Amino acid sequence: MSQAALSPARVALVGNPNSGKTALFNALTGGRAKVANYAGVTVERKEGVVTTVTGRTIHVLDLPGTYSLRARSPDEVVTRDAVLGQLAGETPPDVIVCVADATNLRLVLRLILELKKVGRPLVLALNMFDIAQRQGLRIDLEGLSREIGAPIVTTVATRKRGIEELVAQIDATTLAAATLDAQTWREPDAGEIRDAHREAQRLMKAYVRPPERPDTLTGKVDSVLLHPVWGLVILLGLLLVMFQAVFTGATPLMDLIDAAMTGLGGLVAQVLPEGLLRSLIVDGIVAGVGSVLVFLPQILILFFFIIMLEDSGYMARAAFLMDKIMGGAGLHGRAFIPLLSSFACAIPGIMSTRVIDNKRDRLTTILVAPLMTCSARIPVYTLIIGAVIPHRTVGGIFSLQGLVMFGLYAAGILSALGVSFVMRRFFWRGMSEPFMMELPTYKKPDPTNVARNLLMRGQIFMSRAGRIILPLMVLVWFLSTFPYAPAGATEPAIDYSFAGMIGHFIQPALAPIGFNWQMSVALVPGMAAREVAVAALGTVYAVGDAEAATGGLSARLAAQWSLASGLSFLAWYVFAPQCVATLGVVKRETNSWLWPAVMFGYMITLAYLAALIVYQVTVALGGG
Amino acid sequence: MNNLSMDRVTMADATPEVGITVRLSDASVGDRGVIVDVRADLDGKDHGVDVEELQRRLLEFGFVEGARIEVIHEGAIGHDPIAVRLDDMRVALRRRDAGEVIVLLDRP
Ligand SMILES: Nc1nc2c(ncn2[C@@H]2O[C@H](COP(=O)(O)OP(=O)(O)OP(=O)(O)O)[C@@H](O)[C@H]2O)c(=O)[nH]1
Ligand SMILES: [Mg+2]
Repeated sequence: MSQAALSPARVALVGNPNSGKTALFNALTGGRAKVANYAGVTVERKEGVVTTVTGRTIHVLDLPGTYSLRARSPDEVVTRDAVLGQLAGETPPDVIVCVADATNLRLVLRLILELKKVGRPLVLALNMFDIAQRQGLRIDLEGLSREIGAPIVTTVATRKRGIEELVAQIDATTLAAATLDAQTWREPDAGEIRDAHREAQRLMKAYVRPPERPDTLTGKVDSVLLHPVWGLVILLGLLLVMFQAVFTGATPLMDLIDAAMTGLGGLVAQVLPEGLLRSLIVDGIVAGVGSVLVFLPQILILFFFIIMLEDSGYMARAAFLMDKIMGGAGLHGRAFIPLLSSFACAIPGIMSTRVIDNKRDRLTTILVAPLMTCSARIPVYTLIIGAVIPHRTVGGIFSLQGLVMFGLYAAGILSALGVSFVMRRFFWRGMSEPFMMELPTYKKPDPTNVARNLLMRGQIFMSRAGRIILPLMVLVWFLSTFPYAPAGATEPAIDYSFAGMIGHFIQPALAPIGFNWQMSVALVPGMAAREVAVAALGTVYAVGDAEAATGGLSARLAAQWSLASGLSFLAWYVFAPQCVATLGVVKRETNSWLWPAVMFGYMITLAYLAALIVYQVTVALGGG
Repeated sequence: MNNLSMDRVTMADATPEVGITVRLSDASVGDRGVIVDVRADLDGKDHGVDVEELQRRLLEFGFVEGARIEVIHEGAIGHDPIAVRLDDMRVALRRRDAGEVIVLLDRP
């Protein structure tokens, strides 16, 4: 075997958005990158490795989708730079693999004509070939391949079909390409784009016969889901069902985990002798970390809904329905998907704003994204709602607690719209950029993809509990236990501890919003991540209440917090910038400390004001 | 949406198979036809980018002369945005940015 055959090759996956590049990347490399049925899922480059049957290593690069190499938004810049080898210390890939949706070839044929000018060997992967076959679409592969001057491999990325052939073709192409053409790509003007379209159209006519059984499902479903009135009603209904399910559907499982945790605490208490170690494990770790683990079922239910929406193709429809409202608030149309992703976590949400071309549109979206209710707020909301809101049914079907939860989500959404409106109105006037968005055909969500995503979410949640919450809870336990109360002390021992001191020190500043010292002290470790506040409350109350260790945290809070304090704490958490990781990502994405500082400033101001109003009004109404 | 019903009537007798042209921004749901022009005229509207750039983006997205187009959906508020079928794709865009696309309607 020659030397060239063994030297590793580098290939880049390029193509229109939503053509299945990432699905193909996962199939090739065994990766677990995010796949979903809307344009703009991938916003970063990602590298993986595949080994050919001959033992050669191929480095595969997954890239954001694009309609042209004329990059406009930050994600498209990533693709252009990788294809042209414009990054420092990087050469263009040895082979460009153009990934095309076989059922939607016209635009990608034009992109191929652009890619040919890059001067690298090209392989065309005709993906989604299963759908093309189901529709009876006929493509003359030989003829097309001859015309575009590139080998064609048909693939079904989600079922791992055609993968071996693709690898073999990549391997052969790198070896065959003795001389590379010169790179002659430059930005096309309108005339050149038209010419390329004409050429693409000619290829379509000559080599692609229209499908015998075109997809009619998408049109039928859309006539309901995109109906001007029913569409909006269904969208609202879906969100309402989602939050109801998060709240009520998880209860049996949560009770189970709660009982297991209490049992575990009791077991440890029996085995270990009374003393510091027992206190650390029972009050610090089990009560603290356990109080957060209880929320795993809720997180999974929320993600189940989000993944189903993303994988079916509904996301782009929701963006369409909400566009006018978002535009009225000065948000770019493409801001919808980043904001909806922020329901899971603001960090991927903020990263996915890279699909927005204009800097101001993008900054506005970044700054309001943390106002969307992320999953880390669920533990806080659920705990407090469970403690202070009565367990009642409203209108026969809705639980009052679920409605309050829905209200908190609505408050987050409305405040994001409001803040964006104010920003665009007073600081950044001017129109946002043109907005065009592909509405993908509906697909049945792939069960393995859904299961894999859910598993990954569960793992992330558990590992956060292990890496962030566990060490912090040991610290909180330490601060709540030491120093011991002096001899002859009249107050509970925890009042004399460091935690007590810190809490009593901060509390005066938070007294106007009705926070007691335990709530105040929980905010401090809660900076690391929102759900840590729940764990901290768990530990502080467990240590402070060691004798009467009956009932869970929720029961303790119900006995000790007034309605006004509980609602005020909820209002605080709608706005509070309590997550250092988010601030860090804003710094990275904007490349400046200014924007995280602005974000922190405006959010904490809103949090204090909202909590103040809620507390004072509730007290005035007799809820103090 | 548009004030073209008069034209439609007068055109109907003369050339039944050749319809009238409308700007995509003025088209209503159900209108279908062929794109005959994608312009870069100054229209006095603020698109956030200059008109040449808007034209290139429209072209790259497949709004190109000869493409078949049909308006299939519109939003509830102010009939905006619109969703169109563009050959084999479905695309959503705002009416504000659709004014440069000229469509020759099938129906008179
Ligand atoms: N039926 C079928 N579906 C596929 C195939 N490949 C991908 N999909 C689906 O197509 C959708 C898009 O796949 P992705 O891999 O996220 O597409 P992408 O090209 O990476 O998209 P961007 O990152 O947004 O550019 C997902 O819903 C996949 O499940 C295929 O071969 N057959
Ligand atoms: Mg992708």
